[in-house]
Amino acid sequence: MKINLDHLTEKCAWTDLTEGMQMYAPGTSAHFKTGEWSTIKPHYIIDKCRQCLLCVPTCPDSAIPVKNYKRQPFDLDHCKGCGICAKVCPFGAIEMKEGE
Amino acid sequence: MAKRERLSGNEAVAYGLKQINPDVFPAFPITPSTEIPQYYAAYIANGEVDTEFIPVESEHSSMSAAIGAEAAGARSLTATSSCGLALMWEELYVAASNRLPVLLTLVNRALSGPININADHSDSMGARDSGWLQIYAENNQEVYDNLIQAYRIAEHADVRLPIMICQDGFITSHAVENIMLLDDADVKKFVGEYEPEHYLLKKDEPMAVGPYSVSNYYMEAKRAQAQAMYNAKKVIMDVADEFYQISGRRYGFFESYCLDDAEIAIVIIGSAAGTAKDAVDILRNEGIKAGILKIRVFRPFPGEEIAAALKNVKALAIMDRADSFSNQGGPLAAEVGAALFRAKSDIKSVSYVYGLGGRDITVENFIDLYKDLENTDAHGSSDDLPYRYLGVRS
Repeated sequence: MKINLDHLTEKCAWTDLTEGMQMYAPGTSAHFKTGEWSTIKPHYIIDKCRQCLLCVPTCPDSAIPVKNYKRQPFDLDHCKGCGICAKVCPFGAIEMKEGE
Repeated sequence: MAKRERLSGNEAVAYGLKQINPDVFPAFPITPSTEIPQYYAAYIANGEVDTEFIPVESEHSSMSAAIGAEAAGARSLTATSSCGLALMWEELYVAASNRLPVLLTLVNRALSGPININADHSDSMGARDSGWLQIYAENNQEVYDNLIQAYRIAEHADVRLPIMICQDGFITSHAVENIMLLDDADVKKFVGEYEPEHYLLKKDEPMAVGPYSVSNYYMEAKRAQAQAMYNAKKVIMDVADEFYQISGRRYGFFESYCLDDAEIAIVIIGSAAGTAKDAVDILRNEGIKAGILKIRVFRPFPGEEIAAALKNVKALAIMDRADSFSNQGGPLAAEVGAALFRAKSDIKSVSYVYGLGGRDITVENFIDLYKDLENTDAHGSSDDLPYRYLGVRS
């Protein structure tokens, strides 16, 4: 059973919030765009990528989506720019750069 | 059938827990509360309960594990004292704000330093603003009775807050006294099963506990938490009424001892109230109208009820077994003082700090204190001495 939480907005009175601010729905942390915190971002150089997928499990924020066994462009809404993926890539297919 | 026994306070708590048979009990030993998980572990080893016992590496972990278990949907608890409670500090707030009705069987002990293992209230009084319910006991019977009522209060749908069941280290935790124990079946029926509406292990309802709440939401969350503490007052009294039905023992926010016609009175928490009662009995035989208001429930604080109960008293001593180093007296003095101010009381009051680190307080101490209060009443001289240490060498 999934409870409708659409009413939980910044206009919500204290009496209408959930107890202890609990969220009765899956995957709600995706709504929180932690990618805004970063100062550097990974740049994906698709031509150098061999799809070895070593970068995927090293990402602490699950910000490298995978579809049909192939990695997709970075989820920059949740990437905090730690650079682990760039370090682990054997092919130089990820470069960390300032700005977007 | 209830039965008469003789148990220490720690034995009484362990026995009550056995009757409740909670789901998860993480614990780390610290004097003087160590015996509670120790006795309880024996019940588990003997197959008398099916609680999951988790030996952890610190009190930070024991409270964290209790919180995790509670969030998962398990009725959980832990036990500690003094520095162990201090190490739980962050988690105390997490349990309360996440509205998880964890039980903590606290055996009050002085906080360092100087390091000391004996009774005072500096540990739990420090946690008075953490959002936990706090219920105190004078003796072994009371700590057992408070324990049996604890989950009913904490888990109530209008409350859902963690609860501390407090007793004085060694004085009640290790002293063996007569006690009336309830029948196992009566306790099980009274406490009931824990059936939370939402919990992490609930199939088909994925949920998040303790999500980040920024400035746009935090204040609303706190207002809701404050309401739960407010609601607890009614629930505590309702549960006490039901408890009276199965035990014949009546409880409220506080106990009034010879208070109805008292002209001089003290407000006090914990085991020293028993000593004070002996002093009051002696003074009453001399015709002195002395009385006691013994706090049972400190959180929520029954300020209006206390002020009403003291309305005919002329001079009052507020007794703190902890100093808050505020230059204003201890925490009880501050809260009773605020309650009397709101009630527009003109009662003369003196704040005392006593019994720190297990310092003994005697019947004679109380008799002297009451006689001093009589003079305070006559001469109105208490105002320039609002804050005193009782039983300190000078």
